[in-house]
Amino acid sequence: MSARPDLLGSEALAQAARGDVSRSLWRQAGRRFRRNRAAMGSIVILALIALTSIFVPMFWPHGIEDASWESIMTPPGLADWHWFGTDANGRDLLVRTFYGGRISLTIGLLTTVVALVIGVTYGAVAGFVGGRTDGFMMRFVDVLYSLPLIFFIIILVTVFGRNIFLVFVAIGAVEWLTMSRIVRGQTLTVKAKEYVESAVAIGLSQGAILRRYIIPNVLGPVIVYVTLLIPTNIIVESYLSFLGLGVQEPLTSWGLLISQGAGQLDSAPWLIFFPATFLAVTMFCFNFIGDGLRDALDPRDR
Amino acid sequence: MLNYTLRRLGIAIPTLFVIVTAAFFLMRAAPGGPFDAEADLEPEVLENIRAAYDLDKPLLTQYWLFLSRAVRGNFGPSLVYKDFTVTELIAIGLPVSITLGLLAKLVALLLGGLGGIIAALRQNSLLDHTLMGLAMTGIALPAFVSAPILALFFGLYLKLLPVAGWNDGALPNLVLPVVALALPQIAVIARLMRGGMLEVLRSNFVRTARSRGLKESTVVFRHVLPSALVPLVGYLGPALAGIMTGSLIVELIFNLPGVGRYFVQGALNRDYPLVMGVVIIYATFIILFNLLSDLAYAALDPRVRKSYR
Repeated sequence: MSARPDLLGSEALAQAARGDVSRSLWRQAGRRFRRNRAAMGSIVILALIALTSIFVPMFWPHGIEDASWESIMTPPGLADWHWFGTDANGRDLLVRTFYGGRISLTIGLLTTVVALVIGVTYGAVAGFVGGRTDGFMMRFVDVLYSLPLIFFIIILVTVFGRNIFLVFVAIGAVEWLTMSRIVRGQTLTVKAKEYVESAVAIGLSQGAILRRYIIPNVLGPVIVYVTLLIPTNIIVESYLSFLGLGVQEPLTSWGLLISQGAGQLDSAPWLIFFPATFLAVTMFCFNFIGDGLRDALDPRDR
Repeated sequence: MLNYTLRRLGIAIPTLFVIVTAAFFLMRAAPGGPFDAEADLEPEVLENIRAAYDLDKPLLTQYWLFLSRAVRGNFGPSLVYKDFTVTELIAIGLPVSITLGLLAKLVALLLGGLGGIIAALRQNSLLDHTLMGLAMTGIALPAFVSAPILALFFGLYLKLLPVAGWNDGALPNLVLPVVALALPQIAVIARLMRGGMLEVLRSNFVRTARSRGLKESTVVFRHVLPSALVPLVGYLGPALAGIMTGSLIVELIFNLPGVGRYFVQGALNRDYPLVMGVVIIYATFIILFNLLSDLAYAALDPRVRKSYR
């Protein structure tokens, strides 16, 4: 599972450029985005975090489950390759942090993909079909909005066991609501445009109009929301893991590492420091990228 | 407006019903039962206990019994906290959660609002960048990271404040949980406030107000602020409803007897009545606050009011 969000951005941009969106709009947005140093820097840092998370556990001399009784609670240092120190079982924190990164980033991306697919389809259909169908579909979203979502995720996870697959289905399945609202609003705006009218006039089917005109044109706000949804979902996963309901040992994630570190904050502060730093830096990066994309795509700010 | 309110309330009741039904059957689909821990009971005794709580009846009968009692505000006895009814437990937990949530929200509104306004008025200055950098930190550091660090630093090292515990809501016990809860919200509110302010500051009516020679303070407080508050209202509704879920993690870390802690314990112990009680209370909160925020929206923005007819 590659976790390189720059792909997401450029792919969406390329896709939009191939479609019927004005080339220059996306090109201009791209230029504006590349000028944003915080956002570009964030992409580099995120790519680094993703790459190290993928590759470091493969080469590191310690495995994630290698407990060693000689080196329990070693503070960070260069000795014996325990650069980030070790935990109460003598397991190497560096390899566990990077391995946790794999899981956290994967969950963040997969849950967002689930939310993206459901939300975009649902919102586009509701906005495009309109009328009574729209009313009914959006009322349904309103109902789901009033669900205590985190409570429901907790119930779901306690009910169906603590399995990592379920964690991301549960998160993704409840995080698509805002996405569908954004897409519906955009769709309503786009639908009123002349090019859609002309597409109707030349007799394109509804599905084709949806695919070729509506979806590419609502992409802007969706991309921005996606970059903000990924970190939100990483946090939700960490939150669940912190409660002991998410990822289970021997697997690990940043949230789980933080929760274990929080218990030994006094005696071994490095146990919370490293995973928390990685989590925070990742949050920073996604937020900077989201802000950069919003600035780049918002025509009002030109 | 009245019409709209009534219609929304009309949707609220079926919504609540759906939520409650979903939660009921989900909980029952879970493997395991509330009395698994007491494995050494004689089968007859266990049967008697289950009968006492109506757990031996068919599921649909249980559902009906639950509904007819819940309508009258009776959520039944807790299965795990013996000698307590769910209503009593919620009566203990709710004030704790609400105190925490409201105080945090108040702190966040004051600090975040002020920060956002100042940042917007000095856009792109060093002050603006510093404030927004701080806000970003608040967003990047979730409560389950900041809370233990706060507890360690102020509680254990400086010994200024208690590390954990409720102590009947004494002020020193409140400070750390409220701060931990408020930090991310301060950040979000500051960013929303700044964004709203910047957008309004650029609009025509503000330019008109300035060209009429009004004092800057009049322009900001009378003309800009009311319009800039609109996005904040949209955020506050659901956020107010989130008071209880928001404090869940903070309640666990600081060991406070709030509703969130009861909920997690309840779900893990299969304490069906307790979970259902919390879900009902919480869903009611969300529905109510969403409605209030929509109404406030309408009060602030005439364009929205029109669409509500």
